[in-house]
Amino acid sequence: MMPDLGKYAVAVLGSYGATIALIAALVALSFWQRGRAKRLLAEVEARAGKTDV
Amino acid sequence: MSIWEYANPKKFMQTSAWALPWAVGLTVLCLGAGIVWGFFFTPDDYKQGATVKILYIHVPAAMMAINAWVMMLVTSLIWIVRRHHVSALAAKAAAPIGLTFTLIALVTGALWGQPMWGTWWAWDPRLTSFLILCLFYLGYIALWQAVENPDTAADLTGILCVVGSVFALLSRYAVNFWNQGLHQGASLSLDKEENVSDVYWFPLLLCIAGFVLLFITLVLMRTRTEIRLRRAQALMARERLA
Repeated sequence: MMPDLGKYAVAVLGSYGATIALIAALVALSFWQRGRAKRLLAEVEARAGKTDV
Repeated sequence: MSIWEYANPKKFMQTSAWALPWAVGLTVLCLGAGIVWGFFFTPDDYKQGATVKILYIHVPAAMMAINAWVMMLVTSLIWIVRRHHVSALAAKAAAPIGLTFTLIALVTGALWGQPMWGTWWAWDPRLTSFLILCLFYLGYIALWQAVENPDTAADLTGILCVVGSVFALLSRYAVNFWNQGLHQGASLSLDKEENVSDVYWFPLLLCIAGFVLLFITLVLMRTRTEIRLRRAQALMARERLA
């Protein structure tokens, strides 16, 4: 069911591909930073004996 | 209940934990429906051919690149005036998202411009102000990384954000200020004569809603990360003093 993009296939698919790649990289970076921050806070709180956030 | 309650990190963490799953669901729904509708079920334009499908990512990304900077300006001003840490952290969290949207707008614009204008790039007022906005985003992120004291970093980046707002505004209104260059006027307008045809308008609205929701989702998620990091830093500083 792929639409016929004709001579503009490279421009259209390139645009969608670049957008998906950039958003996927941003989401992956955000999850990686989130995991790292959670681990760091858990370690520090365990040392301090507090868990109020 | 006051809006300033959300400046309390604990209240922000509680509220955002409740809101995040809804934001993720709505983002997937709007963005998925808008992209599928726009890509698979809209006809080619009589002038632009199939490249009209680039509209569904280029226009929302460009809008949100500017709106992200406006959000950063508002939260930076709240930090400068009222010293609420969550607002400074929200501005910091939004910058990489704004940068990504700016890059998407520049890349998809170049890919559209090559077949339509015969060139990837032109030193047109809107394109040039968008490139400068992209450099401001990079400078803003670099400044946060370069300054060790988080309050000083928030002050300096807040000032940079105010200065950069000139280019965010120029990116939006450059076409109106200087009636020259290759870039056409706005695709969306309250004037029906200037607006895109209804067949493109409805999926475009869904895509815009999807990009707005994606921005909100990522800002909430990244701000929560920044709050956790700030708390960890504060506890580590207390450990060093003990």
